[in-house]
Amino acid sequence: MPTVVHAEHGRGWRRYTKAQSRVRFLITLGVVAALAVAWNSISSQTTWSFVLDAGVQFRDMGMRMFPPDGRYFTALARPMIDTVHMATLGTALGVLIAIPLAFAAARPTTPSRLYVRPVALLLLVTSRSVNSIIWALMLVVLIGPGILAGILAIAFRSVGFVGKLVYEAIEEAPQLPITAMETTGAGRAQALAFGLIPQILPTMAGVGVYRWEINIREATILGLVGAGGIGMALQASIDALAWSRVSVILLVILSTVVVAEWASARVRKKLA
Amino acid sequence: MYARKGHALATDLARAWRPPPRIESRAVRTLIVVSVALYLLVAALTVEVDPGRIREGMSRAGDLFGGWLRPDFVTRWPDIRTGLLESLSMTAVATAVGLMISIPFGLGASRNLVPGPVYVVCRGALAVFRAFNEIIVAILFVAMFGFGPFAGVMTLVVATVGFLGKLLAEAVEEIDSAPLDALTTAGASWPSRVVFGVLPQVMPRILGLTLYRLDINFRESAVIGLVGAGGIGATLTTAFSRYEFESVSAILILIIAMVFAAEVISGHLRRRLL
Repeated sequence: MPTVVHAEHGRGWRRYTKAQSRVRFLITLGVVAALAVAWNSISSQTTWSFVLDAGVQFRDMGMRMFPPDGRYFTALARPMIDTVHMATLGTALGVLIAIPLAFAAARPTTPSRLYVRPVALLLLVTSRSVNSIIWALMLVVLIGPGILAGILAIAFRSVGFVGKLVYEAIEEAPQLPITAMETTGAGRAQALAFGLIPQILPTMAGVGVYRWEINIREATILGLVGAGGIGMALQASIDALAWSRVSVILLVILSTVVVAEWASARVRKKLA
Repeated sequence: MYARKGHALATDLARAWRPPPRIESRAVRTLIVVSVALYLLVAALTVEVDPGRIREGMSRAGDLFGGWLRPDFVTRWPDIRTGLLESLSMTAVATAVGLMISIPFGLGASRNLVPGPVYVVCRGALAVFRAFNEIIVAILFVAMFGFGPFAGVMTLVVATVGFLGKLLAEAVEEIDSAPLDALTTAGASWPSRVVFGVLPQVMPRILGLTLYRLDINFRESAVIGLVGAGGIGATLTTAFSRYEFESVSAILILIIAMVFAAEVISGHLRRRLL
């Protein structure tokens, strides 16, 4: 809070005028009041005896998780490979759908600012607002449990993310090369292929790899609603209260995530 | 005759020119393309598709999409309103608490402010906070704290600290070091170096990131309800398991509308404040 800090050391100089500090005070008061109301409503929905019990529960859960069931490890290879497949294929499909949408949404390339652009933007927002596990929930109803539902859920969620970043890249790219090529007689397609694509290709690749890393994390939980991968093993172990298996699964997820993060960081550093 | 020949030559040249490739060695390029294609093929072949089940599901698609086109805000309105208010409360509390915890962690994870051991511990803690998906954290917290929004708040706090702490540390590491050096030379203590040398430089960034995280926390609060951590997600799961797709549609529309509104408002706030 800079107001306080500055008021303390010089009586004569103040950073804000009286009116400004009054407004700032009122805003702070409003935020604190809103937080108090919010906290109150949560507190009323909470069984505090369970919360106070948490330490005991935590120790209990830790003891059941330890030692991890080492024999279960081999049974996890297949679900984990499925999880990585889901993330990779889902990202690939998502990027394929996102690119035409991004071109339709970006001001310089959209076929129609009045009709096409708003529709493309709406599709991108919808894709982003619905979490991949909710997409999975709906897709499992439609096409049944399994890895295919997972791939599609990942793809549908990725479209909004990749599409938004790519269309912003298109709008931020200098338009001069395109104009120059069109002036020398290049067609629209040629001008885009040589004037625009080389400018946005590094962004596209970087965004794709970044999304893949996020998707690895997301793919690990889609199994909770039946969409394949290691989440199904997690759900089964939790339902059976087999906590020594849960800890093995968490370790496997953790190491995969770390490796994926490392790989993605290396690739993106190369691209930049 | 000559003119035509010259013209043809020029076209050939234009066709022949290609922008220089990013990876120079042709062998490496081919290898990458072939192995990526091979991997995608192998991965795609492991996907089991059951056409019978899909046909069966498509008959249900009518119900699902029909429900989407007829959103029903009325029947379950009391539940939806309670769920939304709970989600908003969870979002606000978790973002505020998460911000307060993330500042010490973020400062501790900045290489230019603290000695090596502190840096390693704080970075490690932040990495652990971010390692697991919110759903997994929520499952563990529901087992620890019981069902309800408290477990949800704790989940969102952990995710918020991991997110804000890491990005804050990155912002602090990029600050202009001159004010900090000046303060050190003048003999300022560590707290006053942070308050006068660091915070003024990163304040706009903290504000922007917090607004962004507020938006993410609201969206996540719609999801962690699936495993019993309260909020609109709980309402959504109930509607799903009752096959009330009209209510599901209404809830999803409300979530999308609120995310959209939040994006507009936070964009406006950021432009005014920064």
